Amino acid sequence: MTLPFLLEIGTEEIPDWMIPTALENLRMLFEKTGIPHESVQLDATPRRLVLRAEGLPERQPDSEERVMGPAKAAPAQAVAGFARKQGIPVESLTIEVTPKGEYYSFLKKVAGRRSKDILAEALPNVILQIYFPKTMYWTGKGGPRFIRPIRWIVALLGEDIVPFELAGVRSGALTSGHRRLGAREIVITIPEYERRLRDHYVILSAEERRRKITEEMAGVKIKPDPALLETLVYITEFPTPITGSFDTQFLELPEEVLVTVMRHHQKYFSVEDSEGKLAPQFVAVMNIDADREGFVRRGNERVLRARFNDARFFWETDQKKKLADRIDDLRAVTFLKDLKEQGSYHDKIERMVALLGDDAHAVRAARLCKCDLTTELVKEFTELQGVVGGLYARVQGEPEPVWQAIYDHYKPESMEDAIPRHRTGQLVSLADKVDTLRSCFGVGLIPTGSKDPYALRRAAQGVVRILVEGKVDLPIRSLLGDNPQLIEFVEDRVRFYFRDIRGFKYDEVNAAMAAGWNDLKDLEARLIRVQRLRPTADFEPLAAAFKRIKNILRQASFTGGVTLDPALLEAGPERDLHHEAQALAGQPIEGAISRLRPKVDLFFDKVLVNAPDERIRQNRLMLLYTLSQEFSRVADFSEIVTNS
Amino acid sequence: MPSFQEIIFKLKKYWADRGCIIQEPYDIEVGAGTMVSETFLRVLGPKPYSVAYVQPSRRPADGRYGDNPNRLYKHSQLQVILKPSPDDVIEQYLGSLEAIGIDLRAHDIKLEEDNWEAPTLGAWGIGWQVMLDGLEISQFTYFQQCGGIDLDLVPAELTYGLERLTAFLQVKDSVYDIEWAPGYSYGDVRYQDELQYSVYNFEMAEIATLWKLFELHEAEASRLLKAYNPKSSEKKRFPLLPTYDQVLKCSNLFNTLDSRGAISVTERQAVIQRVRKLAVGVANAWVDQQSEQSS
Repeated sequence: MTLPFLLEIGTEEIPDWMIPTALENLRMLFEKTGIPHESVQLDATPRRLVLRAEGLPERQPDSEERVMGPAKAAPAQAVAGFARKQGIPVESLTIEVTPKGEYYSFLKKVAGRRSKDILAEALPNVILQIYFPKTMYWTGKGGPRFIRPIRWIVALLGEDIVPFELAGVRSGALTSGHRRLGAREIVITIPEYERRLRDHYVILSAEERRRKITEEMAGVKIKPDPALLETLVYITEFPTPITGSFDTQFLELPEEVLVTVMRHHQKYFSVEDSEGKLAPQFVAVMNIDADREGFVRRGNERVLRARFNDARFFWETDQKKKLADRIDDLRAVTFLKDLKEQGSYHDKIERMVALLGDDAHAVRAARLCKCDLTTELVKEFTELQGVVGGLYARVQGEPEPVWQAIYDHYKPESMEDAIPRHRTGQLVSLADKVDTLRSCFGVGLIPTGSKDPYALRRAAQGVVRILVEGKVDLPIRSLLGDNPQLIEFVEDRVRFYFRDIRGFKYDEVNAAMAAGWNDLKDLEARLIRVQRLRPTADFEPLAAAFKRIKNILRQASFTGGVTLDPALLEAGPERDLHHEAQALAGQPIEGAISRLRPKVDLFFDKVLVNAPDERIRQNRLMLLYTLSQEFSRVADFSEIVTNS
Repeated sequence: MPSFQEIIFKLKKYWADRGCIIQEPYDIEVGAGTMVSETFLRVLGPKPYSVAYVQPSRRPADGRYGDNPNRLYKHSQLQVILKPSPDDVIEQYLGSLEAIGIDLRAHDIKLEEDNWEAPTLGAWGIGWQVMLDGLEISQFTYFQQCGGIDLDLVPAELTYGLERLTAFLQVKDSVYDIEWAPGYSYGDVRYQDELQYSVYNFEMAEIATLWKLFELHEAEASRLLKAYNPKSSEKKRFPLLPTYDQVLKCSNLFNTLDSRGAISVTERQAVIQRVRKLAVGVANAWVDQQSEQSS
């Protein structure tokens, strides 16, 4: 007979974004207890993390364990002592022959432990080991840590409570309903659990909550926002969407501002009209069943009106001082305090301008791009920095390339985000990010492990993406300066980008980068060539040959510097290889490879590189060296991992 | 529709009924109820303590000359400290909202992650902002550290934004329109404060004088802190509370200087550190002083 198991960790409201990871963690920790089971199901609301498993044995199978006693030659007293300790008569002992000699021993039957006991012992640690990015203590200094206080625990195996205590909470069979629509204490059994919760306005399944939200707002055309939907699914136990509206006069404000207020500050979905334009409506998701009196809708409408009024007030106030007149104010805005006297945003834009040289639009945009940090609107809605500057620049008559560059210059803000739309924006964004990288690395603010407070990985990734995807003709090394740690850091990001984002194989990336990575758009072109070459018949054998060449050169510590003497080349494979190499020099590798490969193979087949005659040996090494130099311009093929 | 003052009465009564000492506002200007010694110092050490008070909180930079319907130089916080926090603390908090007439079965209440931190106090905690129909009405924090010290008992701090809460209950779009007492609007009572302090903070405060005051208060606090001797048999009567007053003065002067635009990039962090050093110094001395007393 097997049993079902239920664990519900009842807590105060857990931050929504931590929940999915915590559940996966809980699964892993449960698996680690080693208790056999047929299936595991995980669920959560903001106030509970739930693990249900099916098919647990009532007890572990019995086992046998051989206990070794004294040697056969030991005094009778010792043997009797051993038997007594094991609780058996001496006659029950047997003699066991081991490599060390003969010993008394006893085959002990160990009864399998009850799953309930194993669980009772393991669960406190399972719960406390769930990983959360930031934890707290609540029972007093030195007490257990969790994401938020644990207030109740349900732990049932079949019909039995798995008894344990954690942070002063005893496990039991009592769950808790919705904070206001349900009862505070609800007796449950495993089969009844989900239904009982439902009766008390808790929808346990995230999938079901998601469906309820989506279905109930199907009548309104919302701007799709999967991340917001996920947040709402995990901050509610009984989600119900409602639609509210706002005065059309606010539509005069930039859409970016309106959407940010709704999305980031209020967690509302924006609504579109039939033409895809922003409509004066929003959808909020409540954590109750209905808004019978319209209180919630009106309340949210009032909050939104106040927020929009604020935004409009800021928008109008900010217009009184042009961006260009705010440049001097940037002296009082800190970019990086570690830079001391060079730490203001004014200093930063001066450095950006110096990097940008004489591109008039880019320089103008760079000078203005940080000025929005002094505006009221950005102080209120920091996530709109850049965007607001761009919008103000447009209103203030800056040319299109300039205002768009300001608008875009924080892009790309994530892997999914687009790079700036035009060249001017790309250059300003590059200058900004490169300056941030150089500044931080210059004062030793280097990311370690998961710690990257200045988001330098993102900055470096942005630089790489803009250079590659924008096909910008700038050598990355000259942008980075000569800090070896920064170069290594960015090299890592280049590797990551081509491998993990673009999906090139790691050895192809190594091979192509070994031939240089200063020009990233060229690197991309070479990688594509390597990728296309790879499935061709001659590629891998040639790669293997190049690896051999590299090894030979390394073993000989050969680094060129010898003049190849054709007269010293032996007739046959060696001379043929030389001729072929000369004929193919400068030609695309794609055409060369099939002609080169048989010559190389034959050379290695017939010619001994380590010739006894030193001159011949040097000449041969030089031949191989020239070959590897000439045909490694696209990629260092010796880096390719071959099957042979 | 309860008036502003009735809401205050009801909340004070509610918390008094649950064992809180009701204090009157502290008489030195502060930026938040947390800074008052009733919170800042009382949360330290092993003694339980529960207290509630309405604290006028001054944020010079938030002044808007009385023009902005939602933004105030000086707003009123109801500060509740429950040390240690009871197991049903959230229930108790929700009950307080019901006590002022909010039916939580017909309104949408959510606890959204919001951890609190006050660098000048060396204090931080874990918690939420409480959203009522989309409006942030409270901050709920489990204190973890104060003055850089791990707390023995974890207090819950509940901070109510009283103007917002009242505007919500009275369905008013402007804080100046809420009814303070029958026949008197918030504007009648507070408009002059908002206007005049905005003029002072943004236009007329004499920067050199404020700096001088800052330095005087700082020097006095430092002098006293240096004089505190943990080994002295007289330490129990040492004036740490007056020392802390000097720190509060520094903090408010810093905020005023900041709103006046008088603090440069490089200075800013440094001045915050100066205030923090004093606050942390007082907190440590206080723990030492009070622990001796209980033994």
